[in-house]
Amino acid sequence: MPTAETFAQFDAEIQAMIAEVETISSPVTTMGRRTFLKLAGFAGGGLVLAFQLDTSVARAENAHDATVLNAFVRVAPDNTVTVYSKGPEIGQGIKTAFGLIIAEELDADWKTVKVDQAPINPKVYGYQGAGGSTSIPRGWDQLRQAGATARAMLIAAAAKQWNVPASECTAADSCVTHQSSGRKMTYGELAKAASAMPVPDVASVPLKTRAQYKLLGKRFSGVDNRKIVTGQPLFGIDVKLPGMLYANYVKCPAVGGTVKSANLDDIKKMPGIVDAFVLEGTGNPLEVMPGVAIIAKTTWDAFKAKDALKVEWDESTASKDSLTQAAAKAKELGATMPTPETNVGDIDAVFSSGAKVVEASYDYAMVSHQQLEPQNSTAWWHDGTMEMWTPSQQSDRGLAMIIKMLKLPDEKVVIHQTRAGGGFGRRLMNDYLCEAAAIAMKVNAPVKLQWKREDDFAHDFFRAGGYHFLKGAVDKSGKLTAFQNHLVSFSADGSRAVSGGGRSNNSFPVDIAPNVRYGVSLMPLKIPCGPWRAPTDNVQMFVIGSFLHELSVAAECDHVEFLLNWFNRPLAKPAAQGPPPDLSRTFNPTRAAGVLKLAAEKSGWGKKLPPGHGLGIAFGCSYGGHIAEAVELSVDAKKKITVHKITVVGDIGPIINMSSAENQAQGGAIDGLSTAMGLEIGVEQGRIQQSNFGEYPILRMPSAPPVEVHFIQSDFRPAGLGEPCVPPLAAALGNAVFAATGERVRTMPFKRAGYTI
Amino acid sequence: MPLQLNINRKSCTVDAAGDTPLLWVLRDVLDMKGTKYGCGIGMCGACTVLMDGNAIRSCLTPVSAVTGNITTIEGLAEGDKLHPLQQAWVDLDVAQCGYCQGGQILSAASLLAKHPKPTDAQIQEGMAGNICRCATYNRIKAAIHQATGSQG
Repeated sequence: MPTAETFAQFDAEIQAMIAEVETISSPVTTMGRRTFLKLAGFAGGGLVLAFQLDTSVARAENAHDATVLNAFVRVAPDNTVTVYSKGPEIGQGIKTAFGLIIAEELDADWKTVKVDQAPINPKVYGYQGAGGSTSIPRGWDQLRQAGATARAMLIAAAAKQWNVPASECTAADSCVTHQSSGRKMTYGELAKAASAMPVPDVASVPLKTRAQYKLLGKRFSGVDNRKIVTGQPLFGIDVKLPGMLYANYVKCPAVGGTVKSANLDDIKKMPGIVDAFVLEGTGNPLEVMPGVAIIAKTTWDAFKAKDALKVEWDESTASKDSLTQAAAKAKELGATMPTPETNVGDIDAVFSSGAKVVEASYDYAMVSHQQLEPQNSTAWWHDGTMEMWTPSQQSDRGLAMIIKMLKLPDEKVVIHQTRAGGGFGRRLMNDYLCEAAAIAMKVNAPVKLQWKREDDFAHDFFRAGGYHFLKGAVDKSGKLTAFQNHLVSFSADGSRAVSGGGRSNNSFPVDIAPNVRYGVSLMPLKIPCGPWRAPTDNVQMFVIGSFLHELSVAAECDHVEFLLNWFNRPLAKPAAQGPPPDLSRTFNPTRAAGVLKLAAEKSGWGKKLPPGHGLGIAFGCSYGGHIAEAVELSVDAKKKITVHKITVVGDIGPIINMSSAENQAQGGAIDGLSTAMGLEIGVEQGRIQQSNFGEYPILRMPSAPPVEVHFIQSDFRPAGLGEPCVPPLAAALGNAVFAATGERVRTMPFKRAGYTI
Repeated sequence: MPLQLNINRKSCTVDAAGDTPLLWVLRDVLDMKGTKYGCGIGMCGACTVLMDGNAIRSCLTPVSAVTGNITTIEGLAEGDKLHPLQQAWVDLDVAQCGYCQGGQILSAASLLAKHPKPTDAQIQEGMAGNICRCATYNRIKAAIHQATGSQG
């Protein structure tokens, strides 16, 4: 299909994917051992194949003797328990967290638990991606049940052997004990007999309460840490197969362009070059865009050939986007509110009633993901099978895409997930995986596609920029009475805002005020946009969190008091139709007030600050995480900001691994600071203006402030923590700058307003 | 052409063009994957290795310019005994994605050669060349202090 026709579909596909990712369906029932063995292809050695990259040592020790209790638990005669992490480790800590959740309910001895990466098999594991901070909430029931049912089978096996009731037996530290007789057997000794016991109905197996946890909530070092600090191969980029070749893929710098001609003969003569050829691609940026593949003996050979490659592009269908022109256009459009999408109450009556009215416009730039491991995937077309290794965030979706793209039977595509050097939403897309597969179909050897850093800049699914024109009113008692938001955003298809560029229901709920008006104007954009760590919230909480502060200042209210007052507004009733709302993921005024009050206390809200210092605070509810953040900073005469301390307080339900949770909160807050201060992608003539870290100053250690983290633990189902700590930071930062200087920053990055860090 | 290198206390001969960056010789020729490719222009520090104890960017160092003994992250421990920095990194659970951490640890090792008990300011200056996209900077700093018994 011609590029022009397929191209426009990509944004709709991303939006459908994100909607699916963010919806947590009913938990997948833990399947029995036999079903699992059949589906996992154990008999054919499929599982062994799947673990090629990960823990080869563990496999060699006991692969043949270990007993499979279910899809998540395997026990070896030496009492080593191996649990499987079904999702990708992208830095969010789930490999350790998933292991801990299973081990907790299994009553396994954590010191001898090994965590291996599960094979990609959605029929066995259900969802195997990592998006929308849903890994933990999605896996919570499924993983606990996997541990608890395996434990029940081990206890049943011991009870049978001892001829005592199972109720008299207890499990702890990978052993079952019969209390009254003192008899004790290890899981390793019981595993074979346990595997013959019936799989109990999950409803009949009790799960622990928070008070009963032995592991969850404590501090654990990540299961791969020793391998990380000794440089062991873990990542997609580290995959090496016998006879493997290396590839780079060159696409049009303006997205949508096609190849007219290229100096392929010259390239093929270069040292170390095995082949060079044109791919027409599928024309969908989520799959394979047209380009030139270079196949080489080493990565460096491929990169050198890329520099020497000369391609004449046909840019008739390519992007000609200019963000400079878009900024001017947005200003024009912002002046007139379009027909509102939402109109609650009588907002004009409030604005003309004599209430205090504030008007302001905010904007934020396009930004890029730039996970540190450049995109790569390894593909090996052999024996009618496409076998692949990838650091994708959604290898399960990648599997379906490759099956469809190559028109292969389901069982002829095998994907192994590796550790990923960061994700941030970029690796929810599988374009590099599709490219590797398309290239490997034409290469008679395993081939690793390796992008350059410059490729990661030129071909991202960017966080869209946006423009907000706001008007709000507060009454004499400091109550928010009216809120109007005119969003000027971008559109790929002309009918709705691009992925990540639309309205955020978290930041801008319909019940934000009793009188609400919301309208959206769209500008065309061909550059692909997509989810970026806490999509929509990461920008709109800056806008809303800053504007709420403008309103509290206008009302002469203390901002913490103003927010507490605002939390207690009448909330919209959930829709009468459809499933009941998931209360662990919706805004809860009690949880919100809890974290805000603690953040105020821990940051010293109301204390006397040194001259030139300012303290700002903001709240956000994102993916179920209720997060309050405070920033204390000072600003010098040249507008250089020194952040003295960030305070993060979160309520994400129970904490799985306190060490990892604090790390995520610190990293999320500093990512928020880094992006708010200095990151911006420019686009002119359809070309991305930044090409490497020199023009994209990701924050470094000298500018990284101490981040103090506190959690309020609750019994709501746990929320994920990869994303929720990013969104409130920018508003807290802007509010602190206002407190220190009296200047309101209404643009991101702040460097546009002259501030540096 | 064959080149003689000394890597992690072992001498080896590699067959590579002299302008090949040390990074790609390590990764693709010698199959040592601990040294990471991040940016290729010396801006991120993921490719950091030590040459005679000093941190260098292997992505910008042609293999023909390697004149000293190279230590990569694979060679920092002595057998099973982790270097104090590696141990502190594990104990404090520094890593998130972990991709940059080999380079971070080697930059820290280079810093300690000059400042055995570094201050916060010395750590910030010494580590400024290494990007951690996950922003584990608080813990990197704490781990350096822990490994050296220094105070913030």
